[in-house]
This record gives sequence, C-alpha cells and structure tokens, in this order.
Amino acid sequence: MYKYDEYDQQMVDARVDEFRDQVERRLAGKLTEDQFKPLRLMNGLYLQLHAYMLRVAIPYGTLSGAQMHILADIADKYDRGYGHFTTRQNIQYNWIKLEEAPDLMADLAKVEMHAIQTSGNCIRNISSDHFAGAAADELVDPRPYAELLRQWSSFHPEFMYLPRKFKIAVIASDTDRAAMRLHDIGIQIVEQNGELGAAFYVGGGMGRTPMIAPCIRDFVPLDQLVTYSEACLRVYNRHGRRDNKYKARIKILVHEMGAEEYTRQVEEEFAHLLDQGVEPPLAELERIRTFFEDPAFEDGPKTVDKSDPDFALWVERNTVRHKHDSYVSAVISLKPVGGIPGDATSAQMHLMADLATRFSFDECRVMHTQNIVLPHVKIVDLHALWTALNEAGLGEPNLDQVGDIIACPGLDYCSLANARSIPISQQISERFAANGKGDTLGELKLKISGCINACGHHHAGHIGILGVDKKGVENYQLLLGGSEAEDTSLAKITGPGFDEAGIVDAVETTADVYLREREDGERFLDTYRRIGMAPFKEALYG
Amino acid sequence: MKILTGNDLKTGDVVWWDGQGWSRHVEDAVDAGDDAETILAREEAARRVNVPYVIAAELADGVPRPAHIKDRVRALGPTVRPDLTLKPADPQAIDWVI
Amino acid sequence: MVDPQTSSLGTSPDDVQFRFRDDEPVDHAQVTVDAFLEQSNSSAVRIEPGDDAQALIPHLDRIALVEVNFPVYGDGRGYSAARTLREAGYTGELRAVGDVLVDQLSNMRRCGFDSFAPDTPLDEADAKAAFERWPQHYQAGADTVRTIAQLRHE
Repeated sequence: MYKYDEYDQQMVDARVDEFRDQVERRLAGKLTEDQFKPLRLMNGLYLQLHAYMLRVAIPYGTLSGAQMHILADIADKYDRGYGHFTTRQNIQYNWIKLEEAPDLMADLAKVEMHAIQTSGNCIRNISSDHFAGAAADELVDPRPYAELLRQWSSFHPEFMYLPRKFKIAVIASDTDRAAMRLHDIGIQIVEQNGELGAAFYVGGGMGRTPMIAPCIRDFVPLDQLVTYSEACLRVYNRHGRRDNKYKARIKILVHEMGAEEYTRQVEEEFAHLLDQGVEPPLAELERIRTFFEDPAFEDGPKTVDKSDPDFALWVERNTVRHKHDSYVSAVISLKPVGGIPGDATSAQMHLMADLATRFSFDECRVMHTQNIVLPHVKIVDLHALWTALNEAGLGEPNLDQVGDIIACPGLDYCSLANARSIPISQQISERFAANGKGDTLGELKLKISGCINACGHHHAGHIGILGVDKKGVENYQLLLGGSEAEDTSLAKITGPGFDEAGIVDAVETTADVYLREREDGERFLDTYRRIGMAPFKEALYG
Repeated sequence: MKILTGNDLKTGDVVWWDGQGWSRHVEDAVDAGDDAETILAREEAARRVNVPYVIAAELADGVPRPAHIKDRVRALGPTVRPDLTLKPADPQAIDWVI
Repeated sequence: MVDPQTSSLGTSPDDVQFRFRDDEPVDHAQVTVDAFLEQSNSSAVRIEPGDDAQALIPHLDRIALVEVNFPVYGDGRGYSAARTLREAGYTGELRAVGDVLVDQLSNMRRCGFDSFAPDTPLDEADAKAAFERWPQHYQAGADTVRTIAQLRHE
C-alpha cells in the first residue's frame, strides 16, 4: 500500500488547517454560505436532508486495517455508529456537525486519510479495479498510476473550478471492473511492443445524459501520463459549457465538439505542454510502484473442504480467482437480505479491519458495488474467514446476484433525490429471498438511483431502476440491458413507471421472463441482448 | 400555511421556525404568513440557520404537515432507520411521511 | 479612435490590493481582446471568461498588463488563461479582478497572477495566511517552485 512521506503528510495537514480556518471564518460571518459552499464541498462536506454529510476519500478503494479501524472510530465519535460505502469506493457519514468537522479531518490525517476533493467541480477521488494487485487477468497493478494521478489532481491550482465535477478511473486489464468507460476520463494501462502505456477514453458518464467514452488515444507513454491528462483537462476547462449545469460535464463537450475535434485540441495542447515541465520525473512513478509490490505470497493448499453446503455456496459465489493459485480474493457482502446496501456498523468495520489484518496482508478494498473485498486470502483460511463473517452478519453469499443491489442513499438521506432507493432494494432482496428465485437467476446486476444523477448507476444495470417525482409521489422507471463491464452498454427504459409496490412486482416479472426464455449458460444480460425488449414489455404492460 | 425550515448552521440539525426561534420538531412550526421573507433574511444574516427556506404545509391533526415528501422525510428522519428518527418508539410515524 | 465604451474598461492601479511586482503599473485603461486584436496601440488588455487567451500570444511583446476578470469566483476559465499566457512567455502584469476571494488567492498566484484587484477588499491577515498556506506543491505551476516529485528525486 502507498505510504505518505513527509510531503504528503504536510499537504494533508495544511489542508486540515485551511479547512479549520475556513469553518471559523464561516461561523464568524466572514464567509457567506454561497462563498463557503464550494470550499466545504471540496472537503467532502455536503448539507443533506438531515445534517451535514461527509464523504471521505478512499483512493482507488484501498484501505489498511488501521485505516478501516479509524473509519469505525469516526462513525462512533462523530456520527451515529455507522457509515455508507459508496459507488465511487468512498465512505459517507450522514450525521456530521460542521463545528466538529475540522477535528474529524485531523483524525483522518493521522492515518493518511482525508476528504479532499470528494465533491465540488474539481477532479474527484481516482477510482480503480477493486481486485488490483490480485486479479489473475491484470497486465500490471493499476494503482501506481492512480496514485500518480491522485497527487497530480490534489490541489491542482488550475482545475479547482472546472465547469463540473470530474471523475477518473484507472484499470489495467481487459476485464473492466471499474466502469472505466463511464467516467470523464477512463484510463486503461496497456502494453504495446513491450512497453507500458495508457489508453485514454474521454467523455463517458452516467447522469442525465449517459454516454460511453470514446478512445481518444490508444497509447500514451508512461512518462507523459500526467502531461496528457493535463491537456485533456485544460481543453475542458477552456471550452466546457458553463451556461447550463446539466450540459457542463466533459461528455457534452466531447459530444458537441466531436471526439475528433476535441482530440485535435488535446493533442495540440499536449504538444505544447510537453515542453512545459508538467510531468513528474519517471523516478516518481518508480518510487510509487515500490509501494504496490506483491506481498510475500506463500504456496499452500489450492482446494478447501466444501462439505458444508453453506460454506461451499459462499466460496463459489463470493471468492474470485487470484493470480497466485493458493489464494483468492474474498468479497464481504454488505447486502444482507432486507439490509441497506453499503451500510456497515462500526462493529462490522472493526471486524473487517481485523480480518484484513489477519487474513489479507492488512489490506481491504471498497468495491464500487458497495461491498468490501479482502484481496489476498489463503484458500486454507477461507473457512475461518467465512465463520467470522457469518457471526457478524457479513456472510451473505450473493456477489453479483440479484440481492447484491447497488442503491444510492435516495430520498431517505439525499437532498437531490426524488424518490427513495433503499426501501426498493430492501423489498426486492426480500422478495427474491422469500420466493427462492434469487438462487436460480445467476449473475444479475440490479442498480437503483433515486434521481437522474445516477449515483446508483441505473443506466449500467442489467436491470436498472430510476426513482422520479411524479406530482409529489414517488414513481419508479424500469430499465433493462445496461452493463458497466468491458461490454459497456446503456440500459433502456421499458415504458411507463411504477409505484413502490409495482416496481418490485415488475422486477419479478422481468426475472420470470428471463427464467422462461434463457438458454444454456445465458446470464440475464445475454438473454436480454438476444431476445430484445419486446418480450419483457409484453409481460410488463401487455 | 407557510412554514420556515433550514438546518442549524453549526450542527446541521433540521430546524423549524416556531415564532421565537428554531425548533427541531415540526410540531412547533408556526405559520409565518407574510413575514416569511423578512424572518429568513434576518435569521440567515444572524448565522443561526443555514439556507432557510419557506415551504407549504397544511395542518393535519393539529400538526403542520409539509406538502412535499422531502420535507416530511426531513421532519422525521430516514424512513429506513426508524431508530434514528425523532420518533423511534412510534411505528406509525413513517406513515405520516409517506 | 477610442471607443468611449471601452476607454474606461478595467481596474485602475488604485484598485489593486495585492501586487507582487516592482515595476510601475500601467496607468491607462484596458481594451477588450477583440478591440486589442483590431487596434494595435494598446498595451493593456482585459480578458473575460469566454475570451481566447491564445489569440494574444503573437502580441505578447507589446502587452504590459493583462487583466483577467472573474465575474463569479466559480468560473475557472481565468486560471487556464493565466497559465496559457505565462507558458507562452508573457512576463507583464497579470491581474485577477472581480469576484476574487481569499480562498482562491494561492491557486491564482500559482497560475501566474501577480496582482489582485478584488471587487470587495479582502481581510489583509486572511489574505496573507492564504498566500502562505501551502508548504509545497504537487504540480508544476507558472513559477519556479520545485514540485514535491522533484524534491523527492533531487
């Protein structure tokens, strides 16, 4: 894992001081709320329905045991004993007091953490593959590149007031586990003629106008990565629309300007910037890489006794092949039947921290699917791990199953939401657990957003649900056929929306069509792509 | 009726204008009538409450009930965590929201 | 021929609250980018957020003051305009004007601004703290500061 040196620590400490000063000036009346709002947002502090909400950055989703323990302590000390893991691999606390926020930031800084740029019209926390460094199929660990970009994007003097927020994801395998092409910039580390470089995809996104990012450069040499990123951002800062908040994301610029013209301007700016000394020395990337070297994997048993069927099911569903054949990556589901997706109590966080230390080289990851993964677990340790998880209600065997629902906080917490998301996810997971169909559906990614901003990634769900406000009453649209993986596609709306009870029925009806129509080995998404929308519409509205 | 709401500047608590000050309980909210804008400007300037605003409500069983579900969620708390609402012991409270 | 509409454009030296240069400030009104490109005798230009700073690059040797307006602090185009001019070799005064607030000063300074004329004068102590806030910098800027990455590998 990356470790701060004195410089990183100085920067984060200076930020805590700055924020403390800003809060004091706000409370003293030197800053109006209009002036203070972007400053608190750049420190992750929102004003939501019930209180201030704080979003803490978890760079590329990676946490040490000690960091996870502090996240638990913060939940107890400053909040109400729980936190919510988000679709951008961060954690949010829902009940923060403005007057206590600077102390909270200082506590985070003690374990090399912060809330810098987790909101605001700036470059947000860089996300990555949650199996980075463990995946059997990766070219290299993508996190050193994400860390390089984290440093470049933190406190960037030119890009703090972009037209709109800006999200970057970095991956390094052909399997996309980070929704890379649905980011403002998606970067894939690739190999060409024996050299590593970066493919740049620019202008993807979800939200009001979902778009899949086009590739604008298939190979940027590693010693020009920051410079190329800077060129992409400068062209956006210069020309991105500022007249309409809903058209201000880079996807609209790339779309309206055309990918070709945008690329031409980026290349021109890039050629200029190459002489400007923007790029850190390559030795810096080498230095960062040393923090992400493999832990000392040991050979051990490659199979485990699966005579307990419950354990066998968990192993089958919640563990993923590792690059070392004596290990797996083990997913801790934060999606118990009827639970709140992504929420974890402080006690659960402490336990996950301890398990990370005991079983996974002191490391865990937040997944964008709002689960936690222990990346390097010895196969021989799996039963002990599963037993400990089960006792804490964390052993749900439902990775990528219908119960593994992504849901944004929705109208229960969020001031932007039009409808509640969590109750819908609770009812769906309970319905499919009670009727037994959940176990027959296989991989089915269900994603729920409470408004068009799409924090719940509904466009990218095999089944997506979008909550809308219909004359003051919650209403839910159903979407089918999205994917955030390497076969990226955008889901399409089935037709008129449903009320709260109706949407749960509609999801079951949709699942029934799949169960009826599927052919051997087909996932829900495969069947949908083969048979199209019509049979589903017929069943839903016919 | 028109009632005033916002969040306490320091704590973020949801608060309602009760005629003299800000209460955490929507039951205490009073009709601000024509004085709404004056009160909002004064209270915001005094930095007691953050971004206060006026909303429509109606009296139901003697209690002001905000017209929009968003403000009813604010008045009670998250419907998915009754234990964290202002009425953890009242299982019917969520029906008032929805 | 001077257009009366533009003859009073821009701030005067009296409006400048912070200045990090020793030379005499230009003491005549600025012209718009369009006007500058059409007439050749002005040495002071005012850039609005939508203006193309790159258009000035061929003429930098005869410009002594570029004033970049921030009508609202949240419109960050002026930061890129400043970088663009400094990277092109502009060494004259670069003045940030308009909705310039305490918490944006240090970033503006790093982008190459060396004078500041806020619409509302800033608290001197707050501004001083803001200019001195950051001990180091991750990014290269329009100054000669060694970046953190460079310091690490000296």
